[in-house]
Amino acid sequence: MAAPNKKHDRPTTGHSWDGIEEFDNPMPRWWLWTFYATIIWAVVYWILFPAWPLINGATAGVLGYSSRQDVEAEMVAVDEANAGWYQRLLDTDLNAIAEDPELQRFAVNAGAAIFRAQCSQCHGAGADGLRPGSGFPNLLDDEWMWGGTTEDIVQTVTYGIRNEDFPDARYSQMPSFGADGILSDEEITQVVNHVLNISGQAHDAALAEAGAEVFDLNCSSCHGVDGEGDQMQGAPALNNAIWLYGGSEADITASVQVAHFGVMPGFADRLSDAQIRAVASYVHQLGGGQ
Amino acid sequence: MSTAEEPETLYAAREPVFPRRVKGNFRTLKWWLMGLMLGIYYITPWIRWDRGPNLPDQAVLVDLANRRFFFFMVEIWPHEFYFVAGLLIMAGIGLFLFTSALGRVWCGYACPQTVWTDLYILVERWVEGDRNARLRLHRQKWGAEKLRKYSTKWALWLLIGLATGGAWVFYFTDAPTLLVDLFTLNAHPVAYGTVAFLTATTFLFGGFFREQVCIYGCPWPRIQAAMMDEDTITISYREWRGEPRGKQRKGEPEGAHGDCIDCMACVNVCPMGIDIRDGQQLACITCGLCIDACNDVMDRIGKPRGLIGYLALSDEVRERAGNEPKSVWKHVFRPRTIVYTVLWAGIGVGLLVALFLRTDIDMSISPIRNPTYVTLSDGSIRNTYDIRLRNMYAEPRQFYLTVADNPSITLTMEGVQGQLVTVGADEQLIQRVYLVASPGTAAATTAATPVRIWVSVTGDTDRIYGETVFNGRAQ
Repeated sequence: MAAPNKKHDRPTTGHSWDGIEEFDNPMPRWWLWTFYATIIWAVVYWILFPAWPLINGATAGVLGYSSRQDVEAEMVAVDEANAGWYQRLLDTDLNAIAEDPELQRFAVNAGAAIFRAQCSQCHGAGADGLRPGSGFPNLLDDEWMWGGTTEDIVQTVTYGIRNEDFPDARYSQMPSFGADGILSDEEITQVVNHVLNISGQAHDAALAEAGAEVFDLNCSSCHGVDGEGDQMQGAPALNNAIWLYGGSEADITASVQVAHFGVMPGFADRLSDAQIRAVASYVHQLGGGQ
Repeated sequence: MSTAEEPETLYAAREPVFPRRVKGNFRTLKWWLMGLMLGIYYITPWIRWDRGPNLPDQAVLVDLANRRFFFFMVEIWPHEFYFVAGLLIMAGIGLFLFTSALGRVWCGYACPQTVWTDLYILVERWVEGDRNARLRLHRQKWGAEKLRKYSTKWALWLLIGLATGGAWVFYFTDAPTLLVDLFTLNAHPVAYGTVAFLTATTFLFGGFFREQVCIYGCPWPRIQAAMMDEDTITISYREWRGEPRGKQRKGEPEGAHGDCIDCMACVNVCPMGIDIRDGQQLACITCGLCIDACNDVMDRIGKPRGLIGYLALSDEVRERAGNEPKSVWKHVFRPRTIVYTVLWAGIGVGLLVALFLRTDIDMSISPIRNPTYVTLSDGSIRNTYDIRLRNMYAEPRQFYLTVADNPSITLTMEGVQGQLVTVGADEQLIQRVYLVASPGTAAATTAATPVRIWVSVTGDTDRIYGETVFNGRAQ
C-alpha cells in the first residue's frame, strides 16, 4: 500500500519481513473465555468419565461409564432386534425360507456371519474347502457326500461327522485296504486305474479292466457299482471330477492304502437351532445347494 | 520500527459495530441480491415436481435415507456422485474466477454470513432506530425501554433463525409432511436437533459474532490474498485525491485539503467497523457500502464521485500520475480469468454431456475371487459374480442377462429360473450370477478369458455390457 498508514500508531510485534510488519493487536476477549471453558470442560470430564491412567486400569469417573458396558448393551440390543427374526426362522418350514425374500436375506446374512466365525477355519472363508485336495469339502460345487438339501445340511451342522460327542453324528469308515492287508499292492494299482478310468482320466486299460473286478468286490458296496457314491454312507462319488483328497494316481493310491477319516464337530452345543438354520440357508445358496 | 512494547492489554472486548443506514446503487443491488438469495433458499424446498407414484414429488430433495439426490428432472444416484464432485470443482473455480477478477465479491454480496448479518442489522435498525439511536441505547443503563427493544429484537432474530434452520431440514425430506410433523412433535429427533443447532448458529453468528466470523473464523480472507493481483478490481480509497483530509477552515488557503472532509461516513456505514482509508485490509469484505456513503457526501459538497470506488492496484499508479485508468473490461478479461472461465465452462459442458448421455440402466460386476473358480462334477468350470443392477426408472423393470460373445460359457443365476430378473422401481439389486464353461473348452482351460456380460431391459432397445474376466483351470 502506497499510502502511509494513518493508524500506524498501533504497536507492532517488532518483526519485519521485506518491510511487512505485524500488528500486535489484542486477542478477542471471548477467545480467552473459550480457552477457560475448555479447561473447565477438561476438569469436569476427568470427574465424570474414566480419564487418568493408573497402574491397573484408570480412574473410574462418577458416571460409571465404560465402553465395555456400551458394547454389551449394544450386543443385547442387537440380540433383541434379531430375536423376532430367529423366531421366524424356527417357525418357517426349512424349504419355505428361501421363498420369503426378507427372511432369506436375514438368514443369509446371519448365516454368513456365523460361517465366518465357526466354519471358515476348515471350509475356508470362501467355503471352497481351502484348496483342492485339502480333505475339507468344497461347499460350492455340486457334489455332496451327506446330501445337499437344506435339511441334510442342518443335520450335518447340528451333529457333525464322525465325532464322539454326538450319538447322532453321521458316521462311516473306509477300511485301510493297503495298511490292513485287505488288498495287495498289485490289486491296489489295478483298482486305482479303474477309478482313473471311470473318472475320465488317463489310465492303463489292462490294469483298469482287472481293477473293475476288485472294485466290484471291495468298493462298490459303498461307492456304488459305477462309482456314483452313496450319500447314506457319506461315500464320495468317484466317477466325476471332484476329489476330496486329490484325484491323481498317487493321491488315490494313498487314499486306498491308508483310508481317510475326516471329522467335523457337531454345533448343537454351540449354536441355537435358529442359528443352524441360518448357516444352512447360507451354505445352501452358495451355488451347490440341492 | 517500533520495538516490542508491552501492549496495554493482551485481550480486548469486541467493540460493537453500529452501521449507519445508507442509500445508493450498491445498497440497492445488495437489497435485490439479498431478496433473491433468501427467496431461493426459503422457497426451493416447496417447489413440487411430479415424478410418478414411486418417486418423491419434491423438486429439490437430498434423500439421504434412500441415497438419492433429486434436482428437478435430474436424479443422481450415489454411484454418480462425480456430478456433485464436478459441481463442487466448478464452485471452487468459479470462486477463483470471481476473486481474481472482482476481489472479494463473494464475501461482500453472496456469503450467507454477510446476507444474514445484513438481514439482522435491518431488523435491529427497524426496532431500535439508526446508528445514533442504537449507540445511545447500547450505552443506556438497563431499563424498561432497553429491555423492551432488546427483547423484541432478539425475538425477531430468533424467529429468523428458526425459519433458517427450519428451511434447511426441508431439503432432506418431504417438506409439507415434515412441516406438519415438526409442529405435531412427530418429526425425527435429528430434524429437531438440526433446526435447533442452525437456529442457534444463525442467531449467534448474525446477531452477535457478525464481523468476527470473517476476521477470526473464516479461512477465505487469508486464501483470497493469494488470488488477487494488480489487475483485480477491489474497493480502494483514492488517497492522492483525498489527502490531506480535513475540513476547509477559515484562513486556510484554497487547496490545503484534499477531497476527503473526514466526515467518517465511510466508517459509520461499514458493517465490519473498519476505515477503508487505511487501505486494503483483511477485514474488508468489499460490500460497497462505503462507496455509497462517500458518493452521497461528494454529491452534497459538490465534488466528483469516486473518492472511494472499485479500483485495480495497477490503476492506482496511473491515476496518481494523472492518467486515465484501464477500462474495467481490460481488467476483467485477461489471460488468468480467461483460463479460469475456460476451465469452469469446460467442466460444466462435460457434466452436462455426461448427464444427457448416461443410460437409465446401469450395472457393475464384482467377481467373487475366493475361490477364483469351482470345478463341478462333470469337470466344467464355474465362476461366480455379484452383479449390481440399477433400475433408474420409476417403474419395475425386467433385466435380461446373457454372455453373447462366448458360446462355451452359459449364464445362470442364484435363486432365479432363466436369465430374467426383476428390479424394483428406482432400486438396485445385487444378483449372484454363475458363468459355467464346458469341460475342455478354451475358457475352462485358460487362466483368464475376458468376457462381456450383456444386460438388456425388456421393452427397451438400450443394451449395456460389463467387462470382466473368466478364470479357468490352466493346464
